[in-house]
Amino acid sequence: MPNLSKVRLAGYGALLAAGLVAPFVAYPIFLMHALCFALFACAFNLLLGYTGLLSFGHAAFFGTAAYVTGHVVKTMAVPPGLGVLAGTAAATAVGFVFGSLVIRRQGIYFAMITLALAQLMYFFFLQTSFTGGEDGIQGIPRGHFLWMVNLADDRKLYYVVLATFLFGFVVIHRTIHSPFGQVLKAIRENEPRAVSLGYDVNKYKLLAFVISAGLSGLAGAMYAIVFTFVTLTSSDWHTSGEVVLMTLLGGLGTVFGPIVGAFAVVTLQTQLADKVGSLVTVIMGAMFIGCVLLFRRGIVGEAVGLYNRVLGRRPY
Amino acid sequence: MQSKLSILIGCGLLLANVAAGGQAKAGAGKISDGIVKVGVITDLSGLYSDLSGQGSIIAAQMAVNEFGGKVLGAPIQIVSADHQNKADIAANKARQWFDTQQVDVIVDGVNSAAGLAVSKVANEKHRIFIDSGAGSTRFTNEDCNPYTIHYAYDTYATGSVTGKAVVQHGGTTWFFITADYAFGKSLQQDTTTAINGVGGKVLGSVLAPLNAPDFSSYLLQAQGSGAKVIGLANAGGDTINSIKAASEFGINKKQTLAGLLVFITDIHALGLQVTQGMYVADGFYWDLNDATRKFGKAFMAKANKMPTMVQAAVYSSTLEYLRAVQAAGTDDADTVMRKLKEMTLNDAFVKNGKIRADGRMVHDFYLFQVKSPGESKGDWDFYKLVATVPGDQAFQPLSASRCPMIKK
Repeated sequence: MPNLSKVRLAGYGALLAAGLVAPFVAYPIFLMHALCFALFACAFNLLLGYTGLLSFGHAAFFGTAAYVTGHVVKTMAVPPGLGVLAGTAAATAVGFVFGSLVIRRQGIYFAMITLALAQLMYFFFLQTSFTGGEDGIQGIPRGHFLWMVNLADDRKLYYVVLATFLFGFVVIHRTIHSPFGQVLKAIRENEPRAVSLGYDVNKYKLLAFVISAGLSGLAGAMYAIVFTFVTLTSSDWHTSGEVVLMTLLGGLGTVFGPIVGAFAVVTLQTQLADKVGSLVTVIMGAMFIGCVLLFRRGIVGEAVGLYNRVLGRRPY
Repeated sequence: MQSKLSILIGCGLLLANVAAGGQAKAGAGKISDGIVKVGVITDLSGLYSDLSGQGSIIAAQMAVNEFGGKVLGAPIQIVSADHQNKADIAANKARQWFDTQQVDVIVDGVNSAAGLAVSKVANEKHRIFIDSGAGSTRFTNEDCNPYTIHYAYDTYATGSVTGKAVVQHGGTTWFFITADYAFGKSLQQDTTTAINGVGGKVLGSVLAPLNAPDFSSYLLQAQGSGAKVIGLANAGGDTINSIKAASEFGINKKQTLAGLLVFITDIHALGLQVTQGMYVADGFYWDLNDATRKFGKAFMAKANKMPTMVQAAVYSSTLEYLRAVQAAGTDDADTVMRKLKEMTLNDAFVKNGKIRADGRMVHDFYLFQVKSPGESKGDWDFYKLVATVPGDQAFQPLSASRCPMIKK
């Protein structure tokens, strides 16, 4: 599909342009909130959409990074940039440990083991003292990025977050479109065949898992800096569920899907919170059902399908 | 964009004022943006929606109605949001309210993590936040700030009031069932200090994991200890499950339960058959005096249930904030805050309440015992007053506060 890349390119351009002007149109904190979850969803999509592994415990990586970043920045006076790196490294390490255990199983067992391990982390964060229990770590200083950019200014912080998001996005994009990514897709489609072709499937799965965990961690670490606090919600299983919802809603296995899904969900949660009150959760549930029943390929997946149909191409 | 929006709103209000007869003009200059906005941030859909939630919005509205909908000639408006028990959504909403919607004060703030997050935003934006829903003592200790008031209760107060007053009424030996995390442990600690202070004795304790499905083994240990009182240092679903199990085992017939964080809505949900005889510390009960009864019935007519301590405190904090605005002649946060800390607070919720330098609102606390079904004359007739504990004994003394704002 050579023409699709032109469409993709236009998409990237539009996305970048929108990202650059967005803080002048919308509320920067809201945008950063959505960007953190967009990166989280993109990282999750790498695993579910491109490798076919449904993790139900991704909040563990998001939460680990957020807590580690929050802790080192607050109590050890580490600059935020290094804090984010520390958080991401911690999440990657946890991802490696979890990944080594879980890739031995598939399907529902895989999902359940990731959920169990994530719950383990949740209770660790609840019990241990540095996380502040149910009150969370509060009042993390935003500080200066590279000793120059004062991050207390929402707009400046926004561009740092946008750049970090783009970095994560590019990493995922490169991964998907590399020979490595092709092998992941082969594993998703037919694992025994990939094995018979001589690929060490477990190594590929583990690497995909670790990359996904690390980038989820990057999202969590940024989240800690943006909001200046970390609470138990960040490692709660609801958060693991939300990232599944974002990815499915936006479009599983599409490049832009998770971004669209994350923006849709965060918009609903924050912008509708003072308009519909208690109906937020009901609306989210209804959307999830609607998505599963009516447009299973998600918003972006359906849009691409429609585009191809209009041009008379066979669906890919 | 922000200034454009406020000009637009200002113009709209000016027109409205002119239409209303023009008497509003006099004070409008002292009120920023010509409107006083009260933001109610609460949990409308989760586990706290019963004790706070919609009822808090109704309570705030009642305070506004009592003021005739206007202060210093400027209209008062209430906005509300569901934080879904997520601190990020709470903080995000608070920021947006302060930055783009001219909200002057935020009330309720149930859920400690969400409340603390809002408190940081209020401090950063120099606007007032009056928390009534959350119970963490961090609001007036490590995380205190000049723009936050902790209004209704904290776990120190509920723990120490229950501990002290129960011992003084014969419950001299205790056994704790404690939620196995920081909250439960500090609740147990504060209660134990109070018990020892008045000559009571703690015979033992057991840690139960958060959201434990089955409390029978912990209750059997409590039964075996022979203690007169079983202290429940837990909250929410854990408290409800442990009370239910105690009733099933018949433990509540020989030993007395003391809930260290129980709201009247929990009693309503469990029923008197299960909860009878239990000790409960509370900062408010609708059937205390004429003023509380009047407020309770008015609230009942709107919300179809009696107000909890949290909801009554939301009413009170909104009312006292508006009184302070009126007395100060402006809605400038620093001036109003100074006024609030000078004032003596008196309304249906609080008698001679004072706001301390660390932000703690000090008021009387009560120990109640839950009536038996035979004693109760009807729905919501749940409590017998056992003791009234003066505010200065109920709350953590200022000298013990770890708040950095307090100079020692």
